[in-house]
Amino acid sequence: MRIAEYLFNYLVFPGFVFSAVVGLLTTWVDRKVTARVQYRVGPPWFQPFADMVKLLGKETIVPAGAKKTGFLVAPIVGLAAATLASMILWLVNLNPEMSFIGDSIVVIYILTIPAISMILGAAASGNPLGILGASREMKLLFAYELPLVIAVLTTVYKVGSFSLGAIIQHQAQEGIMLGSVSGVISFIVIILCAQAKLTFVPFDIPEAETELAGGSHIEYSGSALAVVKLTMALMFFVMPIFIVTMFWGGISFSGWSILTSILKYVAVVVIMVLIKNTNPRVRIDQAIRFFWGPMFVLSVIAMILAVLGY
Amino acid sequence: MSLALKALKKSPWVFHVNTGACNNCDIEILDCLTPRFDVERFGIVLVGSIRHADVLLISGPVTKICLPRLKRLYEQAPKPIKVIAFGACGCMCGIFRDGYNVVGPVDKYIRVDAYIPGCPPKPETIISGVVKVLGTL
Repeated sequence: MRIAEYLFNYLVFPGFVFSAVVGLLTTWVDRKVTARVQYRVGPPWFQPFADMVKLLGKETIVPAGAKKTGFLVAPIVGLAAATLASMILWLVNLNPEMSFIGDSIVVIYILTIPAISMILGAAASGNPLGILGASREMKLLFAYELPLVIAVLTTVYKVGSFSLGAIIQHQAQEGIMLGSVSGVISFIVIILCAQAKLTFVPFDIPEAETELAGGSHIEYSGSALAVVKLTMALMFFVMPIFIVTMFWGGISFSGWSILTSILKYVAVVVIMVLIKNTNPRVRIDQAIRFFWGPMFVLSVIAMILAVLGY
Repeated sequence: MSLALKALKKSPWVFHVNTGACNNCDIEILDCLTPRFDVERFGIVLVGSIRHADVLLISGPVTKICLPRLKRLYEQAPKPIKVIAFGACGCMCGIFRDGYNVVGPVDKYIRVDAYIPGCPPKPETIISGVVKVLGTL
């Protein structure tokens, strides 16, 4: 019985189907806000779904120089990992009792797997631009993981527990993390790290439409591309939820708090989209310097402030 | 009509290739993405890789050096793919007809689904041409 329940949780709610639908709607919010910022009308709400169905109906090509298994399995691994992260976060948010020891560490680990799967897929594609994208993705991964983990550790230190359930309950009783100075600094750091994790514009160096023509997913077509796009949509869904859980008291579905939960989520998404729309792309060396310099220093300052009790 | 075809009509991703045009057509294509015309309303986006494309937009007469590349691009595209010959040059070589390096219009080498004439075509013409090629699906 437990297995059937977990399978339902993984595949339907709050796992794959739910996350995919909300994730695709989130990408629509992204495209619509982008269009409004540029004084355009933007696509209709069903646009991401039409894209998905169309991609599933198209031919999937495996390039002659590619390693077939690695090329086709890598996106599925990424999708499975993003779904798992979404499931853990939602189950804990809906019922803090579902939490287990150290699940915040598990979520951080799982959230790196889509990036790693993208590196594997791009390296297996045999395309020089794809391999360049993979190498940039790897450097970016090393760059943003350090401040991201320290920013999360600030919350963990203040709560005194690694479990997500404890973090949510602590925030419900003693005020959200954003209410303190260290919380605000860590929030800024983690938003910028999420920007790099989602490969959004200031840090979309691995994709770089203008120079690498899609970079790490240049050779994907048809259903494989659909899986890649879906993974990105899921990550765009999971990262704001992770940030809201860590710093803004989490999501809950009881009574009026459903409205504030949705508002929190959309606020984080819109902040990310606005950063995306108002910044030019940086070079990979600038990105690494940015994350290992100012961001690392900021996150350490937040950590010290948290230890001092601010 | 199947669901996949319906979805294809709602989100045609365009890959643009210049086989020797004078660049004026290319500027007009970018015009369609501006706030005034905004083809993203219809789900049309320009993509950077031929593997993501549903529509191959070819501007310019085919030159000797571009011919093998054009054929290769057509083979690399995931099917079904629609081909649009763009501008007077794409349709029938235009003023470059007698050029020493021009080997002929696009439809001499690959199957073309729609022609958008004009030198360069107006953005309204481009949108109308895309609507027509989607009608042939």
